[in-house]
Amino acid sequence: MVTMITNLGRSGLSDWLVQRISAVVLALYTLFLVAYVLFHPGLDYLTWSALFESTAMRIFTLAALLSIAAHAWIGLWTIFTDYVKCTRLRLVLQVVVVLALFTFVIWSVQVLWGA
Amino acid sequence: MTMLTVSVYRYNPDTDDKPYMQDFQVDTEGRDLMVLNVIMMIQEQDASVVFRRSCREGVCGSDGVNMNGRNGLTCITPLSQVVKNNKLVLRPLPGLPVIRDLIVDMQMFYRQYESIQPYLQNNTTPPAIERLQSPEDRDKLDGLYECILCACCSTSCPSFWWNPDKFVGPAGLLQAYRFLADSRDEYTKERLARLDDPFSVFRCRGIMNCVSVCPKGLNPTHAIGKIREMLMTQAT
Ligand code: SF4
Ligand code: SF4
Ligand code: FES
Repeated sequence: MVTMITNLGRSGLSDWLVQRISAVVLALYTLFLVAYVLFHPGLDYLTWSALFESTAMRIFTLAALLSIAAHAWIGLWTIFTDYVKCTRLRLVLQVVVVLALFTFVIWSVQVLWGA
Repeated sequence: MTMLTVSVYRYNPDTDDKPYMQDFQVDTEGRDLMVLNVIMMIQEQDASVVFRRSCREGVCGSDGVNMNGRNGLTCITPLSQVVKNNKLVLRPLPGLPVIRDLIVDMQMFYRQYESIQPYLQNNTTPPAIERLQSPEDRDKLDGLYECILCACCSTSCPSFWWNPDKFVGPAGLLQAYRFLADSRDEYTKERLARLDDPFSVFRCRGIMNCVSVCPKGLNPTHAIGKIREMLMTQAT
């Protein structure tokens, strides 16, 4: 049993599950966006912003954003603990990543629900 | 004369500052010898070359070596399987500290094996003769109990190279599942609880290097998947 405090969930299983579920959400979101663009040739600003007016789309987008944050954190945490053996440097990198992801999520919420 | 060039990793911490490769010429007389025979011929030329071996028939697991970039047991690996362009490069198993030449310190490997408690745990009073298993339950141990702990798999696994102190590694996990799958063991829950952290099992990235090198044809990746399944069933 190895105990860590910096991984996302408390167990390896939860991290593993979150990683898989977030991957599915991201895949669906990507497919949807690609399909939407393909089915709307000559897409203009009005159609595009109308798409993001709907609550369903906003929720879907928020789910994708949270998925990116969780997925990126688990993935980068794994890479850091594999390759960065200096504890201080690893901590700095982890803080930078957490702050960046936090900023992205808040900022995107503002974009989605802002005027 | 059919000469084979064998390049051997040499390192004696008492006399060498750092490891180096030494070339030997071995006359195989065109025979498809086992790599172990070739190493023994090299030792006749230079008695200071050291390596481990015991059974010379793929049973004891003591002669795991990296041959032309691939881990395996020298005693059951014929030259024809590994030699390229008439050249053979022999190195110690990767990822473990070298004691001397081809001999590695297996302590980290054994420590992980120890961590999975490789023995049956059962508090029920044993019956007069022995604890019996149905043939079906016994079948579940096939492909697990055959492991000879040669370490070829764990030392070819990148996840084990980076975290040998935290990731149990394919050999240890194959044995962990061997006891999880045993109908006579009562400590399934406790065993799973010890494995449910982000490293012990979950550092496996499914690269399957372990499967491709196992000299006994075992499949640690499959066992690791089974452990994950058991963890999942228990948690949801
Ligand atoms: S699983 Fe195979 S390669 Fe790994 S230690 Fe056991 S016998 Fe050796
Ligand atoms: S499948 Fe898992 S245990 Fe096997 S070599 Fe790959 S990472 Fe290591
Ligand atoms: S010498 Fe025993 S397995 Fe090779």
